[in-house]
Amino acid sequence: MTAEIVLAVLQVLVVAAGGPLLVGALRTLKARLVGRRGPRVLQPYADLAKLLRKEAVVSTTTSWIFRATPYVLFSTMVVAALIVPLLVARPVLDFAGLVLLVYLFVLGTFFLALAGLDAGSAFGGMGSSREVAVAALAEPTIMVAVLALALRAGTTNLGGIVERFALDPLLAANPGHLLAFSALVIVMLAETGRLPVDNPATHLELTMIHEAMVLEYSGHYLALVEWAASMKLFLFMTLLVNLFLPWGMPVTAAPLAVLVGLLVFAAKLAVLTAALAVLETSVAKLRLFRVPELLAGSFALALLSVLSVFLLR
Amino acid sequence: MIRQLRLARRTGIVTEPAPAGPELERLGQQLGAEVRRRFGRSLHIRQVDAGSCNGCELEIAGLTGPHYDLERFGLHFVASPRHADCLLVTGPVTRNMAEALRRTWAATPDPKIVVAAGDCAHDCGIFAGSYAVVGGVAAVVPVDAVIPGCPPSPAALLAGLLAVIGHGAR
Amino acid sequence: MASLPYAAGVVAGLGGAWIGIAGMLGSTWTVRIESLVPLGGLELGMDPLAGLFLALVGVCTAGTSLYAVGTAGEPGDDPAAYLAFVGALGLVPLAANAMTFLVAWEIMSLASWMLVLNRRDDRTTQSAAWVYAVMTHVGLACLLAGMLLLWAHTGSLRFADWAAAAPALAPSVRGAAWLLLALGFAGKAGVIPLHVWLPLAHPAAPSHVSALMSGVMIKLGVYGLVRVSFEWLGPTPLAWGVVILLAGAVSAVVGILYALVDHDLKRLLAFCSIENIGIVLIGVGAAMVFRHAGLEALALLALVAALYHAVNHAMFKALLFLGAGAVVHGVGTRSMEAMGGLSARMPWTAGAFLLGSLAIAGLPPLNGFVSEWMTFQALLQNVRLADPALNLVFVVALAALALTAGLGAACFVKAFGITFLALPRSEAAGRAHEATLAMRLGMLAFALACVLLGLGPTVVVPALGRAAGAVLGAAAPGAWGDLATLRLTDGFAQLSPLAIAAALVVGVVTPLVALALAGVSRRRRRYETWGCGRMLQTARMEYTATAFADPFKRVFRFFYRPVRDLQLDVHPESRFFVRRMAYANPARSIFEEWLYRPALAGLRGAVAQAQRLQSGSASAYLTYIFLTLLLLLVLR
Repeated sequence: MTAEIVLAVLQVLVVAAGGPLLVGALRTLKARLVGRRGPRVLQPYADLAKLLRKEAVVSTTTSWIFRATPYVLFSTMVVAALIVPLLVARPVLDFAGLVLLVYLFVLGTFFLALAGLDAGSAFGGMGSSREVAVAALAEPTIMVAVLALALRAGTTNLGGIVERFALDPLLAANPGHLLAFSALVIVMLAETGRLPVDNPATHLELTMIHEAMVLEYSGHYLALVEWAASMKLFLFMTLLVNLFLPWGMPVTAAPLAVLVGLLVFAAKLAVLTAALAVLETSVAKLRLFRVPELLAGSFALALLSVLSVFLLR
Repeated sequence: MIRQLRLARRTGIVTEPAPAGPELERLGQQLGAEVRRRFGRSLHIRQVDAGSCNGCELEIAGLTGPHYDLERFGLHFVASPRHADCLLVTGPVTRNMAEALRRTWAATPDPKIVVAAGDCAHDCGIFAGSYAVVGGVAAVVPVDAVIPGCPPSPAALLAGLLAVIGHGAR
Repeated sequence: MASLPYAAGVVAGLGGAWIGIAGMLGSTWTVRIESLVPLGGLELGMDPLAGLFLALVGVCTAGTSLYAVGTAGEPGDDPAAYLAFVGALGLVPLAANAMTFLVAWEIMSLASWMLVLNRRDDRTTQSAAWVYAVMTHVGLACLLAGMLLLWAHTGSLRFADWAAAAPALAPSVRGAAWLLLALGFAGKAGVIPLHVWLPLAHPAAPSHVSALMSGVMIKLGVYGLVRVSFEWLGPTPLAWGVVILLAGAVSAVVGILYALVDHDLKRLLAFCSIENIGIVLIGVGAAMVFRHAGLEALALLALVAALYHAVNHAMFKALLFLGAGAVVHGVGTRSMEAMGGLSARMPWTAGAFLLGSLAIAGLPPLNGFVSEWMTFQALLQNVRLADPALNLVFVVALAALALTAGLGAACFVKAFGITFLALPRSEAAGRAHEATLAMRLGMLAFALACVLLGLGPTVVVPALGRAAGAVLGAAAPGAWGDLATLRLTDGFAQLSPLAIAAALVVGVVTPLVALALAGVSRRRRRYETWGCGRMLQTARMEYTATAFADPFKRVFRFFYRPVRDLQLDVHPESRFFVRRMAYANPARSIFEEWLYRPALAGLRGAVAQAQRLQSGSASAYLTYIFLTLLLLLVLR
């Protein structure tokens, strides 16, 4: 029991520490690809540390929801970190599956959208409106992709799926799997606010989706919100890596196996991060009302993935 | 995508080494160590145009490009003053922009610093004595450092900002 | 004094709930009084499903009556009709023969019609009541026709006799009876396209009545559908299950789409009821399909999910309607565009409405999440069905449910955010007053129910399983997991809401403690919202409900077919100086334009033709009578 709790805490720490590292690595890679030296990989840690030392300016029009949201958002990421398979194939707190994970992210988005509206500025409202629209349109794709995975693995439990694929690699090596992977990559871009859906480095409020909701946050609130956003990206990448490329994941909780598994995971994550950096530097941001077309395309991919299971039965 | 990657590989990293700029005028004591202590290695800058002719803005825009790349020093431009530690103010403060500048300064969380960029921000430059200006930036908000020039080149701006954050001053 | 009937309502509700729960736990009884109702007498029977719905009626009645104690005595208050409504609601699930059922049904409809018509002089209320009366009686006609058809072919009006005689019926008779009864019940439940009365009637009625109508009355339509599809007509053909499943999917998506663009707080909630009934019907339809394929365990799971969602929806929809009632009571208008900043002036209502919004958006760890999760798990297991066409239908339903869930969250960000957050958008909102104590207690009761149903599915699901098992004639599984975790169909899925809630609390407390220990700066300073240095910062700068719904209006343009109405008021001397601009972008209802208006036009045309028979000439009438007599003699 204690070993399980230690593993769970360790997993949360890995996600919490890995989030800013991932964001930093992404920024540096993107800078190198356009000929700049770019910020240091550990820069996000410095940013967070600095934010924690600043005062928080809270708008007079806001209510308690504005102040509570960073904590709720961070909490959903912590719970998600507990149930995502990272250190071992079957996470220790095995109390839910993919459907819960999706809804945890929606919970975070719900509160963040409310906080955007709470400030009473047009930017915040605009960000909230766009963010919930993109999140709502990404939902069907996620569920159908979950179906595609559950069909092959026989369960929606995350640990069960990873275990199934880790023990039987050939299950994962078919075109339907690749289609589901592509669909989820597009969903990840939409949900975490990366190009081509949303530019995380933009200064033009009219082009913002996620950033517009956090314009009012400062100090330790902003630190929590930014940290939660980086953890969300980390969790999505973890899901993509571990659900679709689960080879190398330890099935037991032996310390050596866990360590080796972590190194393999880091390697896989690095490859995916590099791919994401290349993608982000190659595409331009989509016009906002073209994003539903992109999401419809991802839905079509997920649907094809599911159909391939039924037709090839 | 492939073409872009090939271009990136051919071009390589074009960032120039950090400039050792001219002595910059400072109001008050040595800032560098102080800023280092308060902000670590991260300074988020919000640029405010308080009635400038946009000459300084064009030079500031060069800072984010590959040649000068201010991000490698932990500096970063942000959209909202709530996210900022430093206000980089340009232009003689016109009457219409005085209140806006004051509100921006008040919206920025403490601790914060104000850097006035350009001769106009220092003492109205060529617009001194005009009916439309209030005075330099120091007439509206407390200024911590001034980067002179009309307009200051990106190298001078970068040298000034680096001096503010105490880069190399160990 | 005026609140006495409502206090009696609270007591009656609690009593009904107690009897209902006893019924769910296994006590079955029948009551038969020959003389009270013609054609068979009054006959009441208790079984687990009836107990479930009676308990639902009881709990909702208790909560809304408690709320109504706080609004008693106001103009438009009708305690007599309310008590009749509540009594009829309790009798419908217990009815064991057709006449008892129909009499109770009609009393329910009439009483609710009188309650809808609470402001007699208001034109919109009048037309809403009119549409409601017509639609509910068209439904009643269908029900009568279906039940009389069954009476003609089985010789009895008792439901138990129908269940016994069902296998012997001809398929065409079964099909016709099912169609008529399903239409009648679906109309009452508000399934697309028979839903037009719902968004008119529910907002017009007082809030405690709306809560009961949305929370309980439309569930009785689902109750009827479940009885018809699983008990009265025996084993169901595949087509019926697929029709219900698709009707549910369509209702869910269409309902939430209309709710997204609506800015009348109560009409938004009414459309959300249509959406949630759609989700319930997805579960019912899935159960029918699984049962036809012989997958009893999955059919049970789907039906339990549907019943659970019906119960949960009653709780959070009642909570939301009562909250909306408190808001309308405090502000004086139903339009969200005139609200805002109410969380400061009405903190209790805001908290209750937030909880209801979280529940209806299906967010963990509340009740809406658990029932939607169960519905998803039932749909995800469609691989056990061998027919690829059926698999495709289930995938469509799954995608529709997921889309609905996402849009639902967006809709309630809008509903809560625009109504309660930021600055007041009108004078009235700035002067709003909090609800009275009784109103707050009523809301609190439902909020508590939402939390308990969300954290305790391991207690609720076995009871629902017993009710569903009785209907399906299948044995409920021995265990649905242990006290902390819900486990489904040998390892397919599991859920532990208690663990999730605990983890969320830990997740909130950890940064609070960690940041405090790390000596993080907790300094806070109050300042105005960042407005880009703008001089004027008023409520006019805020995002409006119309603006919030704009992305959805654009994406689903093909469905809403919005009309753009821009009126410019220019200066008389130059058309380049615009003095005033009025912009409206209303959505058009495709059901009204393509279904109801043509149908009514056709009806009017047919009636105009028939009117030619009424020539007024006595000799023509005598000829008609003679011809009819001749016809009857020949047909004998």
